[in-house]
Amino acid sequence: MSLLDSSLWDVIVASFSPEIWKDLLGPIGETLYMTSISSLITLVLGLIIGILLTISNPDGLVPLKVSYTVSGWVINALRSLPQMIMIILMIPVARLIFGKSYGTNACIIAIAASCIPMYARIVESSLLEIEKGKIEAAKAIGSTNISIIFRILLPETLPSLIRGFTVSVITVLSMTALAGMFGAGGIGDIAVRYGYQRFQHDRLFACVYILIILVQLIQGIGNLVSKQILKTRNLV
Amino acid sequence: MSTYLKITDLHKTFYPHGQPLKVLDGINLEVEKGEIFGIIGFSGAGKSTLARCINRLETSDSGSIELGGTDILKLSKKELLKERHRIGMIFQNFNLFDSMTVYQNIAYPLEVSGFPKSKIKERVQETAELVGLTEKLKAHPGALSGGQKQRVGIARAIVTNPDFIISDEATSALDPQTTMQILDLLKEINAKSGITILMITHELDAIRYICNRMAVLEEGKITESGLVRDIFENPNSKTGELFARVFKLLQNVELTHGSGI
Repeated sequence: MSLLDSSLWDVIVASFSPEIWKDLLGPIGETLYMTSISSLITLVLGLIIGILLTISNPDGLVPLKVSYTVSGWVINALRSLPQMIMIILMIPVARLIFGKSYGTNACIIAIAASCIPMYARIVESSLLEIEKGKIEAAKAIGSTNISIIFRILLPETLPSLIRGFTVSVITVLSMTALAGMFGAGGIGDIAVRYGYQRFQHDRLFACVYILIILVQLIQGIGNLVSKQILKTRNLV
Repeated sequence: MSTYLKITDLHKTFYPHGQPLKVLDGINLEVEKGEIFGIIGFSGAGKSTLARCINRLETSDSGSIELGGTDILKLSKKELLKERHRIGMIFQNFNLFDSMTVYQNIAYPLEVSGFPKSKIKERVQETAELVGLTEKLKAHPGALSGGQKQRVGIARAIVTNPDFIISDEATSALDPQTTMQILDLLKEINAKSGITILMITHELDAIRYICNRMAVLEEGKITESGLVRDIFENPNSKTGELFARVFKLLQNVELTHGSGI
């Protein structure tokens, strides 16, 4: 049903029809798959790079000025690429790894490539938030750098890391919708094919509802978990 | 009595905005084993820098620091970590780990110093009892009052049975009554275990209350040192004189109003 020949109300009513939602089940699964795999890759690699950035900082645990400057420059360069260009750039890489340049897995590479540098920066800024006194105390106790990172730095900044990760997951989700235009499937694909190319606005609306619910859910879970941790620590 | 800490001709210059700033300008200092030695000075006198040079949280430019016969400045990184297990440090802002419970905070130094795992629990409970925190072991630092937090700080500093404690303005964030309790605790620990304590502070009363000997730090130099009583009665330096005058003034207030600590 299209807004071109039906009223807004009719389109809204139609957007809740079972047949539309039955067709959406598959794409929802694809979106969830893309989002969770990409988020996981982003989490692991973003954390590692973020930690390396933080400790190689001139004021960090292991100051490495050259490596800090170079990696900072690379990250900024990657972050300055719009998501769509990153998807196009990653097409040959995906072909190299998966043998084809389209499909859900191919797009995960592009999404991760775009979101890892972002989450790395978020991790860095979270880790830099730690009170310097805590690091000093850990050093004065005679901790090795490894224990400072894993027993002090990460646990102390955990609530902030979780909030940052929530933002990243939402960015990943929005990028999966964009990737839909490049053959990744998922909700974005439905929105483009039916909503944009065929003017089936009821289907477009259904996609919008799903995205809104997903974002609310992700943000809600993120807030809840980080607040719960702060509560346990009697910090709120 | 033998010398435990010996600092000889210690220098440290910072370069804020590119301009040299001599924070420590030839410090000479001797602290006896088992005493509580006070270092007093105004903010910016270099007190904290001096404290932090002793366990090498801050690098010094030249000079030597001997602690219990070990030349601190010549230690390798690995040796330094080991040495730090023998130096406790207490901070003005407590610097407790919020992600850990009180128990975990106190156990942490034992874990990183390779203390036998089976004995950690016992040692933590013993230390918690000494500082009066037995009831709070399961709480997080966020739920504690300032005085309780500093008790955790002290427990964390003494749990590995160190020979030496650096107290960097440990009571400066506490109210007068809590300050007294914390000072009493330090005094008690010193009397029980013979641990040497270096008290860095700008609080006259703290020094007067628990130190026998003290030094006055002024613009990166030790301008006088000796018995606390002598310095308060007969100050030779600008800072010492000013502190003594404030001290007398406070005493008069105490006499007329019967208050103050």
